[in-house]
Amino acid sequence: MIEIFGIPSQALFGQLLIGLINGSFYALLSLGLAVIFGMLNIINFSHGAQYMMGAFAAYLILQYSGLGYWPALIIAPIIVGITGVIVERLFLQWLYKLDHLYGLLLTFGLALIFEGVARNYFGSAGLPYTVPESLQGGRNLGFMFLPNYRAWVIVASLVVCIGTWFVIERTRLGAYLRAATENPTLVRAFGINVPRMITLTYGFGVALAAFAGVMAAPIYNVSPQMGSELIIVVFAVVVIGGMGSILGAIVTGFGLGVIEGLTKVFFPEASNTVIFVIMAIVLLVRPAGLFGRRA
Amino acid sequence: MKKALGLAALAAVLACGSANAQDINVKIGVLSDMSSLYADIGGPGSVAAAKMAIADFTKDHPNVKVEMITGDHQNKPDIGTQIANQWFDVDKVDMIIDVPNSGVALAVSQVAAQKNKIFIVSGAAASTLTGEKCNANTVHWTYDTWMLANGTGKAMVKTGGDTWFFLTADYAFGHALETDTAAVVEKSGGKVLGKVRHPLNTNDFSSFLLQAQSSKAKVIGLANAGGDTINSIKQAAEFGIVKGGQSLAGLLVFASDVAALGLPTAQGLVLTETWYWDANDTNRAWTKRWQQDRPGKWPTMIHAGVYAGIMHYLKTRLAMGPGEHDGKSVVAKMKSMPTDDPLFGKGEVRVDGRVIHPAYLFEVKKPSESKYPGDFYKLRATIPANEAFRPLNEGKCPLVSG
Repeated sequence: MIEIFGIPSQALFGQLLIGLINGSFYALLSLGLAVIFGMLNIINFSHGAQYMMGAFAAYLILQYSGLGYWPALIIAPIIVGITGVIVERLFLQWLYKLDHLYGLLLTFGLALIFEGVARNYFGSAGLPYTVPESLQGGRNLGFMFLPNYRAWVIVASLVVCIGTWFVIERTRLGAYLRAATENPTLVRAFGINVPRMITLTYGFGVALAAFAGVMAAPIYNVSPQMGSELIIVVFAVVVIGGMGSILGAIVTGFGLGVIEGLTKVFFPEASNTVIFVIMAIVLLVRPAGLFGRRA
Repeated sequence: MKKALGLAALAAVLACGSANAQDINVKIGVLSDMSSLYADIGGPGSVAAAKMAIADFTKDHPNVKVEMITGDHQNKPDIGTQIANQWFDVDKVDMIIDVPNSGVALAVSQVAAQKNKIFIVSGAAASTLTGEKCNANTVHWTYDTWMLANGTGKAMVKTGGDTWFFLTADYAFGHALETDTAAVVEKSGGKVLGKVRHPLNTNDFSSFLLQAQSSKAKVIGLANAGGDTINSIKQAAEFGIVKGGQSLAGLLVFASDVAALGLPTAQGLVLTETWYWDANDTNRAWTKRWQQDRPGKWPTMIHAGVYAGIMHYLKTRLAMGPGEHDGKSVVAKMKSMPTDDPLFGKGEVRVDGRVIHPAYLFEVKKPSESKYPGDFYKLRATIPANEAFRPLNEGKCPLVSG
């Protein structure tokens, strides 16, 4: 068997694939963050909490209505997205003209409240949620055993990421949105309801987080702190990709998943630091991030 | 009227004065993880258990006045040290109890020794607390890594699991658990094929599980705790580890973790604990009372240890009588008195600070075997008190050799 850096090549392929799968979670989450920052100029620190709310919503939907994973995948993002719309109408809309810091502080505070409420009612150990029956099991790829659910994660994430990128960068609706960010007054003069569009954009970004949360529920522990553990990494991904760049968020999400995966093989102790090392280097060399539009 | 009031006030002052002379005033600090991954195994549940212990003891001994404060160490040794310092110096706390997270517990144990106060560990697991790092101010209740390794490790090797691969949390506790288990495995004739050390609070274990899978070891030992253990077990099920013929050994699994996993995922898991809520009528009655404070939750052995630790401490203080007593003399007295409480039964505090009681090897039930909520375990074996913990002379505790 061929060995690369002392690791059998087959094992290495397996690790690369695993890295891509983890990267798809980073991509999904950083995508939502990038959309919100790019369109609203808000650093949404409650993104992790909204991801957690997605997973909790899936659990509650199962408990109280008996609806399983597939309906939850649609319903949970809608419910959590609506809470996002409420948050935007109540709080965020007053902050667009202020410094980024205010939005960051507000959303950070909201994240602490969401997490605290969840911990109060459900405890910190977590809630059970299993892989849907139709996706149980897996197939042997020769170099690794690939669970069906992971294959689904990577496909769903790619579809959502590319779809979002397409809508924002290549359609008329996306053009309105981008124009509204650049010059809201002018876009309003054309008869477009800019505040409503911004509200819905925030709701969509939050729904993306909740979608990632439902995707995560069967494989990660559904606990109140599940989002706060991930959100810092995801922020690093967004910073590396370039704040607000949608393509940057997607590409770096997948790329860093792979790099983190490889670190888990060669030097596992550093696997939660490697992304920050890369972030520091990128910030030194390209302060606007890899795909950032301006310095 | 004025005169009468004055007399009454004088009488009250006198009464207080005379009562004070016989009162035994104690201040206890429950230091735990209140808001993060260990908050369900210790945290508010430990506070509930402490309240019960204080209520039970002061009911029979009204002259013992107990005050309790609580704190959140956030799993950070520096914060734990800072709180401990402040409690001992400013708030005049006599004894700190619980402290899940071995990193924090080792730090707090040193503070207790420096200030000559008392530290009763229930939440932390590192066996070094009563081994190389032992001191005359620390008592370790409930469990430790040696006992977990000895219980689960030995049982797995006995049933044919003689090759091991470890997934280890990369901090004091994980290292201690891995070292202790590896020693037990090798002593029982098994072999350790490899290990991987992952950072605390890792989300995705698939990469590590793949490494464990390709090692072809018969047993994958999970030397981690809380959310890390839950994630490892959940993802191991997904990757078909158990179906592929390898078995998982949860070296530290609590009832709250099993509840979080659900029986369909957790079934068949073998684990060691020193206390289980459903083991007998006394425990069930205790759990019912505990649940008044924590509805819908299941108490862990750590909560039981907090209760038992406080009971023994208060008994000791009662025996020593009113007045100031320094930490070392109280702990020495705790060691000279046999322990006896409703949850752990009769036992002793050894010279190295280790509390000795039996341990139990459990297996998680299949969903079909579980009859009511919280019906998690079936008993596989009872490990008698004298075999459950590390022999006194093997711990390298200076208090023993000196």
